[in-house]
Amino acid sequence: MSAIAYAHRIEGRDLACWRGPAPLFRHVSFEASAGEWISIRGANGTGKTTLLRCVAGLTRADEGSVIWDGQPTAADSQPYRGDLLYAGHLPGIKDDLSAEENIEGALRLRGRAPSAQAVRAALAEVGLEKRRHLPARRLSAGQRRRIALARLALDTATLWLLDEPLTALDDDGQALFTRLLRNHVDRGGIALVATHQALAYPATREMRLGA
Amino acid sequence: MSATAIAAASVPATGSFATGFAWALRRDLTLAWRHPGETILVVAFFVLVASLFPLGIGAEPQLLARIGPGVIWVCALLAAFLSLPSLLAGDYADGSLEQMTLSPHPMSGWICGKVAAHWVASGLPLTMLAPLIGLQYGLSPDTLLALCAALAIGTPVLSLLGAACTALTLGARGGGMLLALLALPLFVPILVFGAGAAEAQATGLSPSPHLSILGAGLILAAVGLPPAICTAIRIALD
Amino acid sequence: MINWFYFASPATFYRLAGWMAPWFFAAAAILAVAGLYVGFAVAPTDAQQGEVYRVIFIHVPASWMSMFIYFVMACYGGVSLTFNTRLAAMMARALAPTGAMFTFVALWTGSFWGRPTWGTYWVWDARITSELVLLFLYFGFIALANAFEDPRRGDRASALLALIGVVNLPIIYFSVLWWNTLHQGSTVSFKGTSMHVAMLWGMLLMALSFWMYSVGASLTRVRAIILERERRTHWARELQFT
Repeated sequence: MSAIAYAHRIEGRDLACWRGPAPLFRHVSFEASAGEWISIRGANGTGKTTLLRCVAGLTRADEGSVIWDGQPTAADSQPYRGDLLYAGHLPGIKDDLSAEENIEGALRLRGRAPSAQAVRAALAEVGLEKRRHLPARRLSAGQRRRIALARLALDTATLWLLDEPLTALDDDGQALFTRLLRNHVDRGGIALVATHQALAYPATREMRLGA
Repeated sequence: MSATAIAAASVPATGSFATGFAWALRRDLTLAWRHPGETILVVAFFVLVASLFPLGIGAEPQLLARIGPGVIWVCALLAAFLSLPSLLAGDYADGSLEQMTLSPHPMSGWICGKVAAHWVASGLPLTMLAPLIGLQYGLSPDTLLALCAALAIGTPVLSLLGAACTALTLGARGGGMLLALLALPLFVPILVFGAGAAEAQATGLSPSPHLSILGAGLILAAVGLPPAICTAIRIALD
Repeated sequence: MINWFYFASPATFYRLAGWMAPWFFAAAAILAVAGLYVGFAVAPTDAQQGEVYRVIFIHVPASWMSMFIYFVMACYGGVSLTFNTRLAAMMARALAPTGAMFTFVALWTGSFWGRPTWGTYWVWDARITSELVLLFLYFGFIALANAFEDPRRGDRASALLALIGVVNLPIIYFSVLWWNTLHQGSTVSFKGTSMHVAMLWGMLLMALSFWMYSVGASLTRVRAIILERERRTHWARELQFT
């Protein structure tokens, strides 16, 4: 994949989120430029998921702002949404569609027009080529996770926001993910990854919530 | 990476209303086609309940012709209501709704696409079946025509209103009952004007005032409700 | 410079509302006494309907209030969504039960009136039906507001619902024009009235009284809501000791 032409930058300034009367996290700031990735660590319940959702724009942060390329994302989020890929706890996969259809649909939703060869090649990469026509309900949890990996391989978004991407992946899958992440960051991409486990590819920076 | 050595332009993708609409329409129609249970349920319910009335009230032709438009409209309303949860609940549960919200396509695009697909899978079959039920009630051809026209205009409004109510109740306690409490009162004006159109025709008056108001309602709903549905979905995902 | 947002904070509004509410209740009581006096002692017997018509002194103001309160509720809902303020949403919630009550009173007194006049307690005419729909819209609002774990989410969802339902108000208002129905056409409009002066005054006084009552009741209710929502804050805990 060609390198990302423009050097992007994401910044979070003084983000805070309340759940009910108690704050989930406060005064969280971070910044990452092209070619960097941040790993978000913290015990369960410290707000890693909520932080990622705030950065993605799904949840409104109670305080603070997210700045993408110098523009606050709250103002006009369309260019931001076009360049970001969010993978949360829920897989976003329809059971009645096949792996191939799921990926094609996901990419078209993101405004990309993938060629059939590219999709097939990506599925082959994650080991789902033979099962690409089966409805997703017939795949195992690990195989469904691999559909998400194929999507990561094909999407050309600059910013990745990933919440526990190693869940349900076996060793092969984890190695594959690490490779994909490394390639993405080397190309000039940015990633914020919430994870319990350490990856073979070390983070540029580590952020700890709830400390 | 060998597999993906296909040059891809790495500029942020832009979206458009039309692309989002087409994407959602195609996807939801495919899903409805593969899982036709929903449509079959809507149709079966409609036919079944509409057939219960003559059984319950007695098959006196004049009475049936008199109550026909209203009964058919109520059954269509209830059937449309039954099909509402499937509009958004599945996508909410498996995370597709989040992905759609984060898409560069404007939200109203794919929302209109989903509602259009929902109408094709529920409102359209009802509109097409209504003449058959109408014959069962002994309605005249003119009345049947007015009834179908009213249903054709009114059922999309029901889909739009229903989508708004479904979006508001995503993840709420109280489930179907809450949805009924929200949706059915909002459906009432459509019912009144829709059944009124057929009844006007049946008594020899022109149905066009009623149909015009339904048409105005459709335009108002098509313009005003998608933004409301967007807001409701954002509230649900917050 | 006046800081218009000073009273937008629940803490300061709590005190302001506590100070204002008794005055509104007092005004409501005085106006009610005046209105009922005019309605029952001063206004003459109606030529066609006899004494029973006097129920309009409750029925008509109640139905005016039922629509007005819904409109105000929807406005607060709009404000709370646009500016993301907590207090506006709490005011909308505080208004809903009062609005529902007036709607119910309008329907109930209407059926009292209907029985001697039309021979039936209930008839499915346009205005009555749309008023019943309004009652269900209130119920739906209250149910939706309370259907979520997170009260803020309930605020926002119900605010949006109120805005969607506001389309029903013109339908109620104009329903007597659009349909030839049993219900009396409107005799009171902004242009003038064909009604006897004393009857008109009775209705207006009662309407004002209901309005004052609504303000007082919702201010009192919003204080309870504020306390409940802000119960963990410093100022709320301090109240125990004052």
